[in-house]
Amino acid sequence: MNFRETVRTAFEAVQAHRLRSALTMLGIIIGVSSVILTVGLGQGAQDKVREQIDALGSNLLVVAPGSTTSSDGVRGGFGSASTLTLADAAAMADQTVVPDVEAVAPTTSTSVSLVNGDTNWTSSLVGTTTDWLEVRSRTMESGRFFTEAEVESGARVVVLGPDTADELGLLQPVGQTVTVDGTALTVIGVLDAAGGSSSEASLDDTAVTPLSAASAVSGTTGTAVSSIYVQGKDQATLGAAYAEIQSLLLNLHGVTADEADFTISSQEALLDTANETNRTLTILLGGVAGISLLVGGIGVMNIMLVSVTERIREIGLRKALGATPKVIRRQFLVEASMLGLAGGVVGVLLAVVGRVVLPPLIDQPVSLSLLATSGALLTSLALGIGFGVYPADRAARLTPIDALRSE
Amino acid sequence: MTEAIIELTGVRKVYDTGAVQVEALRGIDARIDQGEYVAIVGPSGSGKSTLMNILGCLDVPTEGEYHLACEDVSTMTEAELAEVRNRRIGFVFQQFNLLASLSAWRNVELPMIYAGVDADERKERAVAALGRVGLGDRADHRPGELSGGQQQRVAVARALVTEPSMILADEPTGNLDSTSTNDILGLFDELSTAGRTIVLITHEHEVAARAHRTITVRDGEVAEVVAS
Repeated sequence: MNFRETVRTAFEAVQAHRLRSALTMLGIIIGVSSVILTVGLGQGAQDKVREQIDALGSNLLVVAPGSTTSSDGVRGGFGSASTLTLADAAAMADQTVVPDVEAVAPTTSTSVSLVNGDTNWTSSLVGTTTDWLEVRSRTMESGRFFTEAEVESGARVVVLGPDTADELGLLQPVGQTVTVDGTALTVIGVLDAAGGSSSEASLDDTAVTPLSAASAVSGTTGTAVSSIYVQGKDQATLGAAYAEIQSLLLNLHGVTADEADFTISSQEALLDTANETNRTLTILLGGVAGISLLVGGIGVMNIMLVSVTERIREIGLRKALGATPKVIRRQFLVEASMLGLAGGVVGVLLAVVGRVVLPPLIDQPVSLSLLATSGALLTSLALGIGFGVYPADRAARLTPIDALRSE
Repeated sequence: MTEAIIELTGVRKVYDTGAVQVEALRGIDARIDQGEYVAIVGPSGSGKSTLMNILGCLDVPTEGEYHLACEDVSTMTEAELAEVRNRRIGFVFQQFNLLASLSAWRNVELPMIYAGVDADERKERAVAALGRVGLGDRADHRPGELSGGQQQRVAVARALVTEPSMILADEPTGNLDSTSTNDILGLFDELSTAGRTIVLITHEHEVAARAHRTITVRDGEVAEVVAS
């Protein structure tokens, strides 16, 4: 009996008991689709975090001021102190001291009210230098970014985020004038949308202006900055850049590492932390889903055993007509693996549907990984075969007389 | 002298149930020739079912030799026995033993699947065998759509289709009314006339009377051989 005949016979047996076969496969279907979807959810969450962090700028280090401690011992949060200055930023730009730094963008950030005619909008005004565009990995949608000369001269120019331009009702923003906290600034360009999801709206709702213009708007004269964005030369030397900046700032501020009045955070560290959490969750959920897949496999064995008992006369007849134990064993094994594989395929289809249906419902991206999908498919096939061995063996061992005589 | 299909020499069969040993066959010697139509009769418990199992290669003797078409089958493995059953024996059972989910010709086709005959030839031969038993127009009917007598005819077609050395019928009329019984026995007469070897196990004397020769088994031994 060749393999095609075996498959056909097994298929007919599966088809002869449609409802039972479907119920048997249900366990596998649920197991496979939940494994794929949980892994997909974890993968989706990781992709999302990656995307958000990439949107902040690549090879980015953020230096933020430390916390303040008031006289009565109440400590403020990070960034509450004004320990970072333009001088710090200037020192970081020195290639001989910090060779692994590509670009430095000191920034101040204040909440301002922007007015265009009778439309007003509250946004954050970022005062910075020309390197900001590159450091934050941003591009221009229209117009241009401000120049070194404009930073030097304190030109009253501003670059708007795309959302800010929209909110202000500026259809042709470039060349228009907006009033920022009473100071008139000329719009010279609009940023491209930074992408990312809705929670990242602040990246697209901003107004960027030369540092000098920002201090003119806020009326401050100090040299304190709210953070310094540093772009490393590349991913590999980011650690070195981190160390260089740290020792430079400790030196400049004349403090030891324990007393550091600033913090440096890298996007990679954030990414790692977020991924760690996601991975743990994925493993946990995937494990639970894997157990349900295993239970599905046991269901296949259960039904196959029932099937062997129920079809004992058929087995006896087939043996009497010339089926060897090997042929009978193979028939039941193929039948079990067919149930497993069919369950796996339906499970994958269900996961594909879930991939489309789920994200809007739970507001989480789901990405189907080829590895998880093929892995789950193979597992379902293996479960069918693995849990089919015992029932198939039982069927093969039946003696034809006993099988034929049974009622 | 014609060729012997079946040769039993001192066949004993002992069932060991653990506590008791039951001697079902106590040394059977028998010979059935090519083309013979033989009935094996005996009361229940006589050992005729055990004899039928051994003749059908469904079981092996504890002692003694069984030559089926000159092959010694008494020492074969299960896989070898399966092959011999497939090639040498066409079974007809009391319960018909047709697979309910398959049409008549698909049932007849079954032994050829195990013999490795290719699909086109299988269908051709299965339909021809059904024609032979007078069911040529019922090839696509399922067993449930056929009468008892017709189902047994399908079973006979299945037994014939591999051109076996003998047809072994175990109480073939046990589940049939008298019309169908005559029908099936008439078919056996025809097959016997055409030169088939038929071994029929029964407890009904009028059925046994149709055979050329009757072997009576009693208490695990051949009690009587009557030629008719």
